[in-house]
Amino acid sequence: MAQLTFREAIARGIAQEMRRDESVVLLGEDIGAAGGVFKGTVGLLDEFGGVRVRDTPISEQAIVGAAMGAAMTGLRPIAEIMFSDFFAVCWDIVANEIAKSRYMTNGQMSFPLVIRSGNGGGLRFGAQHSQSVENWAMMIPGLKVVVPSNALDVIGLMAASIRDDDPVVFLEAKVLYSSKMDVPDGEIVDTLGSAKVLRTGSDATLVALGAMVPKALDAAQELAASGIDCTVVDVRSLVPLDTSTILREVGATGRMFTVEENPRLCGWGGELSSIVSEEIFYDLDGPIVRITTPHIPLPAADALEDMAIPSVERIVTTVTKSMNA
Amino acid sequence: MATTTVHSGPTELATKLDMYRSQVALRQFETRAYDLFLENLVKGTSHLSLGQEAIAAGFATAMKKDDWTFATYRGHAHTLARGVPMTPVLAELLGRSNGLMAGKGGSMHLTSVEHGVMGSYAIIGAHLPIACGAAWSAQYRGTDQVAVCFFGDGSTNIGSFHEALNFAAVWKLPVIFVCENNLWMEYTRTTEVTSVVHPAADRAVAYGLERIVVDGNDADAVYDVASTALARARAGEGPSMIEAMTYRHGGHSRADPGKYRPDEEVAEWFAKDPIPRYRARLLDEGASEEQLVAIEADVAAEVEVATEEAKAGGIPGEDLLMKDVWADGGSSWRN
Repeated sequence: MAQLTFREAIARGIAQEMRRDESVVLLGEDIGAAGGVFKGTVGLLDEFGGVRVRDTPISEQAIVGAAMGAAMTGLRPIAEIMFSDFFAVCWDIVANEIAKSRYMTNGQMSFPLVIRSGNGGGLRFGAQHSQSVENWAMMIPGLKVVVPSNALDVIGLMAASIRDDDPVVFLEAKVLYSSKMDVPDGEIVDTLGSAKVLRTGSDATLVALGAMVPKALDAAQELAASGIDCTVVDVRSLVPLDTSTILREVGATGRMFTVEENPRLCGWGGELSSIVSEEIFYDLDGPIVRITTPHIPLPAADALEDMAIPSVERIVTTVTKSMNA
Repeated sequence: MATTTVHSGPTELATKLDMYRSQVALRQFETRAYDLFLENLVKGTSHLSLGQEAIAAGFATAMKKDDWTFATYRGHAHTLARGVPMTPVLAELLGRSNGLMAGKGGSMHLTSVEHGVMGSYAIIGAHLPIACGAAWSAQYRGTDQVAVCFFGDGSTNIGSFHEALNFAAVWKLPVIFVCENNLWMEYTRTTEVTSVVHPAADRAVAYGLERIVVDGNDADAVYDVASTALARARAGEGPSMIEAMTYRHGGHSRADPGKYRPDEEVAEWFAKDPIPRYRARLLDEGASEEQLVAIEADVAAEVEVATEEAKAGGIPGEDLLMKDVWADGGSSWRN
């Protein structure tokens, strides 16, 4: 057992897989000697060398394109896109090429690759370095989308993503990079498409993702003190989506609150709301409520950013109001 | 035009005859494909390489079996030149279940991994970085495979072209970029929207690569530059950029009659049609008229068979619709 930060967990998960599989290689900006701007790849160059851990120019299309070409010819590349906002400059290759080519070629090609990226706000970086873009990736057929919320899950889900034969967009909540937790020694491998129930309650189910998970847990604790007993589900993976766990946990309490960092429109909670309404409508005791960032670009000032991203206080207030309505 | 023409070509006459056959096959196949559009049997759009066959044939002849081709939406010729049979290609154009991708890709996405045809890409410039990735994989695994990436002159003004060139040069990748400069970027003359005369070769210099312009209507000349670039890549000397001057006989796509091009220019380039030129050279170099006629007849018969087989192909069934989004063969996104 060792205490690890979220960022250390990234390097540990990658190293675990690089030791067992020579075909795992890394590319991205500043990932080698610098260890990544968020320090997610510290130590990998020293252990695995410059042939497997390669710095690239600031060329996002070249980075994800090279990952695709390498994946279709037998490697398992892990590409880093430094900030997930930068997916916008290489989205053609992610959305049009990587995602579609297996289907278009009638299964002739596979793309066992991972694109890691720092995602979301909370660090006062302003609108172009703070977006939560999980909904961009979720809406593209052919991409898997994984969003861990703690160090242990980072290792296991990273391993599962690397071993998966499909392309995985692996979004790391930047605000969680310094969070710590005790992690067991030895190999850790998780399963994609499995949500986790982190707390069980009888009144309402909070469904959260990434950086919103610790906030949902804190909110649940406060709500319990005022007599509202909440289940908290960590979605962990948007594609594949563990609808059976979510439907079961929402059905058990009769209420669903989603906690989403993405801007309002077309957030994953909208899709979940639709699934819950269609499939367990008669198990619901009240409206589904989505707690999201408003439909705005994220502002830089700490006071403004804190107003925009769902806070523990906003979760508590929204749930209380709705439960007492 | 400052175009280097050296045309020793393959040393064996038999190889030259194969290269002739390849060009004739591409020509006859695409002529048939065009006829089938007119019959409304080919749906959607399609982009023909009529007039540009020498580039595909020259390169494919110089490449090894396990080298990789990356093509554009104008990819019929590059696919066939690597040895993919006509029937599945034509059936793919017809949207039939015996198509190369069972109808799921269509004309613009022809792919045959078993022949090293690693996809035809319909977003301008997208495949240059992807070819770099395949080359990286060959470099990493220590094979001597080379990725050859074909694209048009119009691709030279998009960002991924420049990203890929720099990337390939810095990583010294075994990749060959081949610009098929047919002078027209869709409906616009390339030089009107490009800062240099030779959009690929002039830019190559900026990335530390040699400036190479070749007569793309001369299969021997193409074969020669291809052989040199392939040897260089296999020797670990890094990427090459080759600009092959050529001309499409038709418009940009099925919907385009190409009327924006001056008659004199079209006439000048039809006079440089790579196939009659190569035919005359083969006769000069000792091939017999009978040999060439036999090749032409043989190809014509192959096109007839492919047409019948493609037309007889089944309509793709609903079972295909939800298949192969994922590596497990399915399309499920939830449990």
